[in-house]
Order: sequence, then C-alpha cells, then structure tokens
Amino acid sequence: MAALRLALAQIAPRLGALETNLRRHHELIDEARGHEADLVVFPELGLTGYLLQDLNAEVAIRRNDPRLLELAQAAGNMSVIVSFVEESSDHKLYISAALLENQAVRHVHRKVFLPTYGLFDERRFFAPGSTIRAANSERLDLRLGISVCEDFWHLATPQLLALDGAQVLINVSSSPGRDVAAVNETGLGTAESWRSINRTYAQLTTSYVIFVNRVGVDESITFWGGSEVVAPDGECVFRAPTHDEGLYLTQIDPAELRRERIASPLLRDERPEVVIRQLDQIIGERLERDARSAKRP
Amino acid sequence: MTVTDPRPPAFELPPELAIDTAAARRIIGAFIRAQLDQAGFDKVLLGLSGGIDSALVAYLAAEAIGPQNVLAVLMPYRTSSPESRGDAETVVSDLGCPSELVDISAIVDGYFEEGRTDASPMRRGNFMARARMMVLYDHSVTWSGLVIGTSNKTETLIGYSTLWGDSASAFNPIGDLYKSQIRQVSAMVGVPHAIIAKAPSADLWPGQTDEEEVGFSYATVDRILFRLVDRRLSIEEVVADGFERELVQRVDRMVAGSEFKRQVPPIAKIGPRTAGIDYLYPRRRPGSARV
Repeated sequence: MAALRLALAQIAPRLGALETNLRRHHELIDEARGHEADLVVFPELGLTGYLLQDLNAEVAIRRNDPRLLELAQAAGNMSVIVSFVEESSDHKLYISAALLENQAVRHVHRKVFLPTYGLFDERRFFAPGSTIRAANSERLDLRLGISVCEDFWHLATPQLLALDGAQVLINVSSSPGRDVAAVNETGLGTAESWRSINRTYAQLTTSYVIFVNRVGVDESITFWGGSEVVAPDGECVFRAPTHDEGLYLTQIDPAELRRERIASPLLRDERPEVVIRQLDQIIGERLERDARSAKRP
Repeated sequence: MTVTDPRPPAFELPPELAIDTAAARRIIGAFIRAQLDQAGFDKVLLGLSGGIDSALVAYLAAEAIGPQNVLAVLMPYRTSSPESRGDAETVVSDLGCPSELVDISAIVDGYFEEGRTDASPMRRGNFMARARMMVLYDHSVTWSGLVIGTSNKTETLIGYSTLWGDSASAFNPIGDLYKSQIRQVSAMVGVPHAIIAKAPSADLWPGQTDEEEVGFSYATVDRILFRLVDRRLSIEEVVADGFERELVQRVDRMVAGSEFKRQVPPIAKIGPRTAGIDYLYPRRRPGSARV
C-alpha cells in the first residue's frame, strides 16, 4: 500500500467564533485537497477555541449539524478529523473529535478525561465521554484510534485503542505552553512531556502516532503547536515548528506498521485477559477497603 | 560564535530561575499581539520610569508591534531622580518610539498642600502611583491604545505595588516573570546595561531602593518565592533548603497578606448569575472588539 499523505492543520482558532473557524476549516480543507492529502487533522476544539467557559453552550452543535456535513462534503476524497463542542440529545456538552469521510460523520470520540486542576477547568463546563474505541477508516484502509489531549495522559487510552486494533493513534490537542525553563531543548516543559509520551506510545503500541496541537492565544494562555508524527519504532518522522500557524504536510507508510509489528510483536504478546482479571480484583479490593473504612467510627 | 561580554555580570541569576529567554520572548510577543487583536486595538502605551521593568516591556512591545505603536509616557515627580529620567530617555531614543513627558508634581502637590502636608511617604508614594495611572488612562483615549502593565511576579506576589496604581493595566506581559528573570530577559532583548545593573527603586523618595526598603535581595526573595509558590514547598522544606527561617516566614506572610491585591473585589451574591462567580466569559467575546 502506498504512503499516505497527511496534512496537519496547526491552526489558531478564534475563541467562540464558530462561523469564522468554519471558514478557516474550509480554506484549509481546500488547500489540503490541492496537495492531494489523504488525511487532514485539525486540533482539539479547532472549530470553537479552547477557553470558552460559559460560551460553551453558545457554540455547541449536534453531531448531525449541517455545518459538519458541509465540511464532510468539502472533504471530497479525503478523510478529515475536526473537533468541536458537541451537544447530545439530552443536552450534555462534550469536547468531541469527529472523523469525516465519504461525505458523512463516520465516528465521534468524546473526550473521556477532562482535566480540572491547575490551569484547567474542563469538568465544570463539559461532560466526560465514556467510550474509548478505535474506528475503521474506509478511505485510508486503516483502523484509527482517535483521542483528545488529556486522554493521552492516561495509559488506558493508548492501550485500549491498540487492543481494539488501532494502527494509527491520533491525538488532537489544545496544549497550553508553560513551564518555560532553560533546561529543556524546546524551552517548554509541556513540549518535552508530550514528545516523550508520543514516542513511548508509538513504540509500546507499535503504531503511528499523529499529534496535532493548536497555536495562538486564548486569554492568558499561549498554545505551542509542535504537531508531530512518530513512527511505530518510536522515531519522530515529522515535527511542525512550535507556535507557527500552518498546514503542514508529511506522510506515513503503512508498510512500516507491518515491519515493526513483525520485528517487535508486542501487541501479539499482550495479555488483555490477565489485565482484566487483575483489574477486576484490584477494583473489588478497593471497593471492599472503601466500604470497611466507611464503617470505621 | 559566542561574543563574550567583557563587563562583569550585571545581576545574580539563581540557576533554578533561569528560563529559555527565546521561548519566553516568543510567548510574550504572541500574547501582546493577541490581546490587541482581540480588543480591536493596534497600539499600546506605558509609563516609562527608567527602571528595568517598564524598559523591558517597552522593548518587548516594540519588538511585537513596532516602536511606532508604543507610546512611552514619562511621568516624573519633582523629587524623582534625574538619572531615572535620563535612563527613560535613553530607552526612547534607542527604540525610536513616540514619547510624552507629563510632570505629575502639580497633581500631587495640589492635593497634599491642601491641609495634608503631614502625609506619610507611603501615602504620597501611593498617590503618585495612582496619579500616573490616571494620566496613562487619559492618554489611552487620545493615543487610542491599551495600557500595558509593567508589574513583575516578585512584587505582585509580595504585594509591593499600589492597588489601582502601578498594578492597573489592560494586560500584563511580564507578570509571570520574577525580577531575576526580568533581568535575564532584559539582557537578551537589548535593555541598556546601565538599567539592568542599577539598584531597583520605586523612586518614591530620593535615594530609595527596593532592596533596602524591604530588607532582602531580589535574588533571595525570588528563590524563596519560587520554592513556596511554584514548587509548592512548605516553609519547613524551604528552610531545610538553606534559607533563613525568619526570612522565609516573612515572605510567606507578605504573600498571604497581599492576596487581595491580586484578585478582583468580591461581589455580594444576590441574583441568579453574578460576574466572576457563575457568569464566566472570556474577557473578549466574539463581536466585542472595537471596530
């Protein structure tokens, strides 16, 4: 199978300006088509901006919103991943990422882990998703594991996606740059952490990792970009600059997946039945412990 | 090739406080442009005292949006040090930015001469800081620019600032930099050596220096604050790290005692939605920018 051409849309969304951001998505989808891209990936909340607070309900859309379908139609032969505030039929608001393909919304991942500490306050404004599953891409003939930002700071995410057959782990992010320190190569503690996470997950799941992070500024926070693609052997094959907005083109070679998975058959040797048994036991003991300590005077 | 500066280092930079100045400069430049863009402005103004903080902000703003868009307002009082004024003028000519001189003596003296001649230096200092704020905000209208803040993290944390005076601004690009880091970034962006090397002073009375007034060096207080605030160490842990207990406790009290200066005033909760409590929006909403 031929190499796949990727377009990483490292954009700076306008906070709360859904229509403006939709126009920007259309522009970049057109541009990516001009480059004959196979897959275009936009960052977390690329359609709305990140620090929404009470604007969350004002920019929320349903997953069958005609504006999402218009993006899917504009995608033509390409697969496109976009992220937005999703309102469910029972009016919960989620941070979602959707795979658009064949003129339709093919898969939606709702962010499962919502950081609510330090500079983050997501749980106040959003409901957490409860599903971590891979999805088939017919166009790409690959199984994709889509996650959103903080999802990747929990080991269960790459593990479940890989066990569910994902060959490409895609994380879309709005990662704020912080911890500016002289000791790091990039100058940013956050960037160093993400790079080591991406590399580790690629290597441990023998999958491609595609990480797309936004740039620009919401209020006090500057997002650092640095989107990257890591090969199944852990080698970084592409890295976009930090802070610069742009549509960055690169490619991945599915043949690498086969080579790496034969050379390092880590997934073959996974023991999910052991994991689930142990988890059941650990959770059971925890519940017992909690129950016991609740009874203590 | 590295060019070695033959002069002795102008300041002490504790190693744990050293930052990647290129990364900080990049973030600050983007921050300044974004704040203006969101508000629909393209110019800023600031009070330029001749000290390092406002000099650094002037250089960073000039780099971010061009010196022609940065108005430096020099606001000396009659007892202000002529050296400070000279240093401010050096910055203006080095950057090539527009500037204005407003002597605040008449405003300040007019108030205190009317039956308040016994006012303490503290009252006078605060009044001067607030007089400068009034002048800046008036110029904000005539210049069509936003007032850019020049308070650093050290003085903000210990409360060494005048509420609604020097702390007042539309946005602050250097408020998360300790004084030691202000010096480090200043050296990189080209702030004149003399400004970096001189003893920091609020210049509220002749010969005043910050470090004499509060009784410790910025390098030391920065190291203590970094441990207490950023690294979340306890007083015991900071003392164990080699700092004088009395000083650590004093710094801790200063931080706690000035919490109110760092927050917007509380509003009595009465209605269903209250600003800052359960009415939470970005400062700049879509469609709110000046056109």
